[in-house]
Amino acid sequence: MRRTIGIRGDEGKVTEVGRRIIPYLDIRTDNLMKTDKILLDHGSGGKISHRLTTDIMLPIFNNPILSELNDGAIFSLEGVRLAFSTDSYTVDPIFFPGGNIGDLAINGTVNDIAMCGGDPVYLSAGLLIEEGFSMEDLERILNEMGNAAEKAGVSVVTGDTKVVPKGALDKIFINTSGIGLIVPDIDIACHNAKPGDQIILSGTIADHGITILTQREGFSFESTLTSDTAPLNHMVKDMLATSPHIHVLRDPTRGGVGTALNEIAEKSQIGIKIYEDKIPLKKEVAAACELLGFDPLYLANEGKLLAFVPAKDTDAVLKTMSANPYGLDAAVIGEVIKNHLGKVVMETRIGGSRIVDMLAGEQLPRIC
Amino acid sequence: MALKHIEEYRDAEISKHLIAKIKAASKRNIRLMEVCGTHTVSIFRSGIRSLLPETLSLLSGPGCPVCVTDQREIDTFIELARLDEVIVTTFGDLMRVPGSYSSLQKERAEGSDIRVVYSTFDALEVAQKHPDKKVVFLGVGFETTAPTIAASIMQAAQKKVDNYSVISAHKLVPPALDTLMSTEDVHLDGFLLPGHVSVIIGLNAYRPFFDTYQIPCVVAGFEPADILQSINMLVQMIETKTPSLENAYPRAVSSKGNTKAQKMLQDIFEPSDACWRGIGLIAQSGLKIRSEFEAYDAEKQFDIQVPDPKIPKGCACGEILTGKKSPPDCKLYRKICTPTDPVGPCMVSTEGTCAAYYRYTG
Repeated sequence: MRRTIGIRGDEGKVTEVGRRIIPYLDIRTDNLMKTDKILLDHGSGGKISHRLTTDIMLPIFNNPILSELNDGAIFSLEGVRLAFSTDSYTVDPIFFPGGNIGDLAINGTVNDIAMCGGDPVYLSAGLLIEEGFSMEDLERILNEMGNAAEKAGVSVVTGDTKVVPKGALDKIFINTSGIGLIVPDIDIACHNAKPGDQIILSGTIADHGITILTQREGFSFESTLTSDTAPLNHMVKDMLATSPHIHVLRDPTRGGVGTALNEIAEKSQIGIKIYEDKIPLKKEVAAACELLGFDPLYLANEGKLLAFVPAKDTDAVLKTMSANPYGLDAAVIGEVIKNHLGKVVMETRIGGSRIVDMLAGEQLPRIC
Repeated sequence: MALKHIEEYRDAEISKHLIAKIKAASKRNIRLMEVCGTHTVSIFRSGIRSLLPETLSLLSGPGCPVCVTDQREIDTFIELARLDEVIVTTFGDLMRVPGSYSSLQKERAEGSDIRVVYSTFDALEVAQKHPDKKVVFLGVGFETTAPTIAASIMQAAQKKVDNYSVISAHKLVPPALDTLMSTEDVHLDGFLLPGHVSVIIGLNAYRPFFDTYQIPCVVAGFEPADILQSINMLVQMIETKTPSLENAYPRAVSSKGNTKAQKMLQDIFEPSDACWRGIGLIAQSGLKIRSEFEAYDAEKQFDIQVPDPKIPKGCACGEILTGKKSPPDCKLYRKICTPTDPVGPCMVSTEGTCAAYYRYTG
């Protein structure tokens, strides 16, 4: 009889293995995922990221503005309502079809402010660069940032550059922060969804997530897909002019539409019902997801938004969105319901129903 | 992969028609097992459970590769990853599986060089790019993925890439079916057989199993309509007491299977006994690398010893994998064991039964 793989010592007698002594964990008291090290999962935007924010960061920086946990902070200064947001950008590869780390960094922060109902005006940019990084690439990134800022109608008014020794980080990381004025008489927040609201999605999902995946080293999947990175502030401005009653705006970036809807359901204490066949999805993206075992509901978007709109205003808002280049495929994908509080349910294409849960961590490609 | 066909098999009309047929035919309470993890996920994602009559119970079998990988094997993978000279290459879903004391994901955070690849050839490429390192591929999976791993060994031999090796923890499906049927307390009325595995091994590979047990068996595809069609066939056979072995996935599965892939498997591997998580040792249910290729056998190239695995107390993965229990019957499910803090592998893998229950049933 063959022994189980790789087992060659006297069973049960080996206590020291390889170069480290193995500490035994009692699984009942010290769960394996409660780690003393940061894992990639902590940055996935799913439940594990969420826990890092709520369990560790919130208690330390405890204040009412932060605890709203919107895409950005919403507050008043001297009677003026402002939206303020920050985001750090790291992407591999730094240049990808449809964009690069530079326009991603501008668009991402512009969109975060827009999702607070804010009209972004000024941005800051902080660059962290690895020693030895190509000057040509840096100039290209900065030019793209300039172009993106112009397109969004914002100005980068302050910045900072740090260079770290080779190997201390991977090529280049960018942080941007931004500030914007909140359009008067609107109240947009994650906790504002109301029963009866219709949910509009501005276009096809998972384009950015799949594009990045297919560009990574070691993944030879030929495709013509491009990232959807785009500034959504102009469209949002038009939407708010059409209806000042929009309750929630959200750009489903990291974690995707599934995670964003779950956060809204939880914070607004409402139920959400969506319809699988109404969700815009490119055939090529669907095919790539099939191959990898990924659910497009959890893949990142960089130029899409979700809007929760009272039923009476839905048609008008949809019309406004459809007239914008970034909202051509906009569609109503579902509604807010009174039951299933805090949960997202989906009617499937064949008429069945299932829960759309918040993702725990990173999606990992499956074996077969 | 015939992706252009996907839409039609998802077609709502076909599915509704099949559901009506199943409802009309199903009288007795029956228990069907879908052996493959991809079936489990497809059933949940399409909401099939919510549409079937109450007479039907669907149980998930031992067909999620990650879930049946023995804990000792996981511990061995982790030890390999800890060696300074080693780069471990793996399919993604193994990363988070808890071993007795760690996971590959945690080891990566500790500094081990562990890389997620999408194919064995990517692993081979890593080996070619890093001649100073030993690159080990974690060979986990069933008959579906084993041929691609065999092919990578063949290519490594041809190109003389001597720093590449595979640790073979492969499992074979037919011997597991046999074990399930001869296990006490396992009561099943029919099997949805795995489509992907059957593409390789062919319908005939199940003939000896069917002849022994005379239990209804249907090879099923993965779209909702494929699955419903297969369930419908099983229900008809059970109600009319006419068991047979059928192929409801003829667009991909033939009687003989992929003979080229089978030959490749035989050239590189030979059957061996293997330990299945939650089930135990099953004779001739694994694949080991033939001695002619031992230069590419990580088991021979590294002397890795691991202590007895620490099996989490109360974890019902074994009973769930054999259809004795459903996830809600497990004491840890949802209370201690969640996708964020998984205890057993069935909660880790995207294709694991517990993870599917958790994610899709709320």
